Amino acid sequence: MQDLPEVDASAPVRFVAKNMRVDLHLIGDMIAPGSRVLDIGCGDGALIEHLYRTRGCDARGIEIDMAEVTHAVTHGLAVMHGDADVDLAHYPDGAFDYVVLSRTLQAVERPREVLRQMLRIGARAVVSFPNFGHWLVRWQLLRRGRMPMTPTWDRPWYETPNIHPCTIHDFFDLCSREGYGVEQWLAADEAGRRAPWRRYPRLANLFGEQAVVLLHRD
Amino acid sequence: MDATDTLSLTEHSHVTFPQGMVLDCGVALRRMDVAFRTYGALNEARSNAVLICHALTGDQYVAETHPFTGKPGWWDQVVGPGRPVDTNRFFVICANVLGGCMGSTGPRSARDNVTPPAPWGTDFPPVTIRDMVRAQKMLIDDLGIGRLFAVIGGSMGGMQVLQWAVDFPDAVFAAIPVATAAYHSAQNIAFHEVGRQAVFSDPDWYEGRYWERAKIPARGLAVARMVAHITYLSEQALTRKFGRRLQGAAKGSSAAIGMFGDMFEVESYLRHQGSTFVHRFDANSYLTITRAMDFFDLVTDHGGDLTAAFQGTKTRFCLVSFTSDWLFPTAGSRAIARALNRAAANVSFVEIPSDKGHDAFLLEEPDFHRMLAGFLGGCAEHAGLT
Repeated sequence: MQDLPEVDASAPVRFVAKNMRVDLHLIGDMIAPGSRVLDIGCGDGALIEHLYRTRGCDARGIEIDMAEVTHAVTHGLAVMHGDADVDLAHYPDGAFDYVVLSRTLQAVERPREVLRQMLRIGARAVVSFPNFGHWLVRWQLLRRGRMPMTPTWDRPWYETPNIHPCTIHDFFDLCSREGYGVEQWLAADEAGRRAPWRRYPRLANLFGEQAVVLLHRD
Repeated sequence: MDATDTLSLTEHSHVTFPQGMVLDCGVALRRMDVAFRTYGALNEARSNAVLICHALTGDQYVAETHPFTGKPGWWDQVVGPGRPVDTNRFFVICANVLGGCMGSTGPRSARDNVTPPAPWGTDFPPVTIRDMVRAQKMLIDDLGIGRLFAVIGGSMGGMQVLQWAVDFPDAVFAAIPVATAAYHSAQNIAFHEVGRQAVFSDPDWYEGRYWERAKIPARGLAVARMVAHITYLSEQALTRKFGRRLQGAAKGSSAAIGMFGDMFEVESYLRHQGSTFVHRFDANSYLTITRAMDFFDLVTDHGGDLTAAFQGTKTRFCLVSFTSDWLFPTAGSRAIARALNRAAANVSFVEIPSDKGHDAFLLEEPDFHRMLAGFLGGCAEHAGLT
């Protein structure tokens, strides 16, 4: 039996480690130049800066980690301290063309409400999330009967901030229940490489480590 | 004690508006002086001006030796060449507020149409934060500046920043309200009232006409300052700076200590703060300005909805608060940030970790200073300032 992984108890509990370079391009490619963008859980603002520099977007962010907020504002980015579960309610309807939630959905208290708010304040939403349906996750649970530990799901169950993991199937199912149209989607591995099976949801749900989905209100 | 002469004899550089100004209270000042200082140079496009708004007992001497106290400017660490508000890049202006006592029209100024000349004293009309901002706007117009690149201020200075953004949104490219709120809280009004009552109860107060007897209500004003000073600090800061250390007594000995002497270092510190203050500040100005802060309420001014105040604004905002500030707590800045969100405004909002209390905005806080420089740099890029 495998020993429990060493955990640095002093490390702050963070949302899943962000490979911003991956999301940056996958998400950036879905956003029209010159649009108004709100990035929820924007971290140090790498996506905001990317969208401003390369696409001329009016991009702003909300981030819950104060050190990241300070870092972003120090770099001249429009970022405010806030909590996706609470602060989205304070934005008016249709204030943005796109609202982005990058690898944060699985960590919020009320994912369905956050999605609702996103598509209220934005015409479109871009959501990326790690896929709990990936074969390695399934295999570990099946073989060992223990919560999976993978490069994507890398925190033990008792201290993970990821309280609402879902699979690609689950997410599509929620979108159709809520009446959101999927305008574009893709599955990718951790390095952001799009796989050839990306057109087939069943295969994507098995082999995709993360998904990026562009939604709109129906 | 006669400190009145030092206050009145010093000439502060100022501009006089002979047309005066009608105040919010309805009284017309027949003429109005606005004393101010500038640092750096205005560029050809007149687009690099930064207005600094000072707090209750601050003044226009932001980044130079103060003419009375001989101390460095109150925001020396923030404003200057190579500083976060870089005077190599920006043209920095700071004006003494209306109602102040450093050269702008206030209770110490000569009353309109009175012979022989006499100061306004307690008859000086009540001024508002809005009046202060309108006086600054006249100065900015006089300097030929159509749009300020940034307006920055902490505490009461932050109130002025907000008022600027509300009243003259097109004249403010970036607004940085620091450690402030959209209205003065009941607790803050309460502390101000203690200070005012201390002044009133001084035997040298003489119903506000103390100058006639060449007196100042020094004890009352000093107590007011001591109370206020406690609210500017935090328990952690007081503990760190003074703890329970005794003044001038050997450890463990109580022999040299009288019942009501300077027993503790913190007492001595507060007394020093109180006694130095009375020499540089006029009691009637203190009353006038504390009242202006108490009446500040942008929420009520806009029908109970702060969002209405900012509707359609193009100004870029950066709100800053400090963790240990209990006088202007983070919740007040967050409320402003949310109102700005509702108005779909461009807003950054940061709470800086500090144990220094409200005073943190005036002190060495590297994270705050770096953030200020970064925010201004980002705004300069968006404003096309090179």
